Amino acid sequence: MSSILVQVVVGGLLLGAVYALFSSGLTLIWGMMNIVNFAHGDFVMLGMYVAFVIWKLFGSGPLLGAPAAALVLATLGIVVYFGLIRSIMKGPMLAQILGTFGLALLLRYAVFWWFGANFLSLPEDIVGGTFDLFGIRIEASRLLAGLVALIVTGALHVLLTRTTLGSKMLAVAEDSAAAQLMGIRPDTMQAIAWAIAAGVTGIAGALIATFFYVVPTVGETLAIVAFVTVSLGGFGSVPGALVAGLLIGVIESLSAYWIGAVYKDIVVYALFLGFLWFRPQGLMGKS
Amino acid sequence: MRFKRVFGLLCAASISFVLAGAASAQDKTVKIGAVFPLSGNAASAGIHAKAAIETAMDIINNAHPELGNFPLAKNAGLAGLGGAKVEVVFADNQGSPATGQNQALRLITEEKVVALTGAYQSGITLTASAIAEKYGIPFVNGESTAANLTERGFKWFFRTTPIASDFAKVYFDFLTDMKAAGAKTDTIALVHDTTEYGTSVASVITSAFKEKGMAIAEDISYVVNATDVQSQVLQLKEKKPDVVIMVAYTSDAILYSKTMQALDYKPPMIIADDSGYSDPSFIKSVGKITQGVFNRSSWSVGPPGSPTAIIADMYKKRSGDEMDDTAGRQMQAFFVLCDAIDRAGSTDPAKIQAALKAIDLKPDQLMMGYKGIKFDEKGQNTLASGVIIQLQDGEHYVSVWPKATAEKAPIMPFKGW
Repeated sequence: MSSILVQVVVGGLLLGAVYALFSSGLTLIWGMMNIVNFAHGDFVMLGMYVAFVIWKLFGSGPLLGAPAAALVLATLGIVVYFGLIRSIMKGPMLAQILGTFGLALLLRYAVFWWFGANFLSLPEDIVGGTFDLFGIRIEASRLLAGLVALIVTGALHVLLTRTTLGSKMLAVAEDSAAAQLMGIRPDTMQAIAWAIAAGVTGIAGALIATFFYVVPTVGETLAIVAFVTVSLGGFGSVPGALVAGLLIGVIESLSAYWIGAVYKDIVVYALFLGFLWFRPQGLMGKS
Repeated sequence: MRFKRVFGLLCAASISFVLAGAASAQDKTVKIGAVFPLSGNAASAGIHAKAAIETAMDIINNAHPELGNFPLAKNAGLAGLGGAKVEVVFADNQGSPATGQNQALRLITEEKVVALTGAYQSGITLTASAIAEKYGIPFVNGESTAANLTERGFKWFFRTTPIASDFAKVYFDFLTDMKAAGAKTDTIALVHDTTEYGTSVASVITSAFKEKGMAIAEDISYVVNATDVQSQVLQLKEKKPDVVIMVAYTSDAILYSKTMQALDYKPPMIIADDSGYSDPSFIKSVGKITQGVFNRSSWSVGPPGSPTAIIADMYKKRSGDEMDDTAGRQMQAFFVLCDAIDRAGSTDPAKIQAALKAIDLKPDQLMMGYKGIKFDEKGQNTLASGVIIQLQDGEHYVSVWPKATAEKAPIMPFKGW
């Protein structure tokens, strides 16, 4: 393989890890309560703005920005759960879709009003710039995002499969009434799920902000990839989102390099649809 | 008896009607519609456009003797309409051609505007102006450069900005001069998105260069608002073109700069086709890692105290950002439109159209560096022109070509970061 091709694949893997990172929150919400959060992209956007504000105020990078974004977004997740989700879950499907979609617009235009429409950006060297590894250029900021994606996926997987809290959350997801009879409070569990999902999404936003531009509409650009990643990985499956993210990243990069950037979406979506034809539940989803 | 009372009431009603009519004629306003991307991914450009139009409104509606002989500045309001004030109704195209079209329709039928301006993105100007054409309302555009906008046989569409073919010529002449000065300009790569703007500008540049015997070696197209451009940059890195021409909106322009730095790719020369690379938030975000990029412009701030310097100052106070070429071209179009309304002395769309057709402005009546404003039968300004500027220090563009009007000499090669 030529060194350029290796660079393309490495770039694709790092990009895919980022896709996985900002998709895990979305898949978690779906797995926990069968709700598609259309405000997901705007949660990522808020995480980016938190990172930007932290940098402006304290001059520090994601070391402080990511935890801050996690905290802010987790709080928002709880507020959103009690203020919106709990009531719209009782309504018809359409109310759920429009409810989270309305939330998306509210968040987007609140940020728009507060920060304005200008493109913002963190300094390029906020996470150690770029380094050379055997002639392959690797951005430290993307590598960090990729590593965090692996850690987050692992942690969420362990949480859901190996801990009491995870079992309780899954029990509520499985049968809320039965769980309640066993002494589990569905409200508390689902609020925790929202806090975790939104917090993880905040971390994703804070890390993406280190190599992407920040603008109120950036969620729109990113959300579509998140939806594809989640449905390819299997709705509700966190490891599935990781595998799907990496796949999409590499396929995008290779097809953009070989066939041309303008065709990469055609390749990705054609493969995606073809795959769903044979396996509608996605890579690791439950059939 | 009863008849008398009814008659009396009718008289009273008609008198008050006449009085009300007279009163409204005195504080008459001229309503103009402006369609811009006030939300969506190009909102940054739209918000700046709004500030530009508002600055122009301030100049027209209030007395500004400090601007000297600048048209419409001296007295308050439009003299040709007895000092009528200009009122602009802004509409948000949300970055969508369909929305832009609906907003144009709303402005014409609901708001009863007498003329339109906008709509930033060529693809939206295309749809919005089609509505104006249908309703017989003048549409004056100052910033959309897709060639086909004035190739539709429209009677109500007028465009003041230089267009892709003008700039293709500027780029070619500039490259020829640079080659004569020793720069290598043999292979050219063209990077553009697939919007109306990106594809049309790219095809005009390609055919104009081909005509002069210079082929575009590499054509890289991508879908606007990309999440990643590494593969495109790597393609460039592999092919090593001497010159890269970038046709990109702000979001992608920022991503290209960041990615070029990350992948350590510096082409010897980058020429940007305005738009994204002129956005003040592009310069603030990544200007420091895009030092030495060439760009086109028709704007120059001029010496202190000159009308252009005063206008730039007014714009900065309103928008918080430096005046740039795009905002300037939008303001210029709005001035031309108001000038035509003033000359027409009427808000009748047909009379405004006639005044636009007859307009013949000289360079000293303009804020932009055009050779004048005079429309051909297609509605294109035949006297539009531009210069090449360079982001030498990563913060401010300076004019570098043609030599006669340049502030500084061009610096080669592209410095980057």
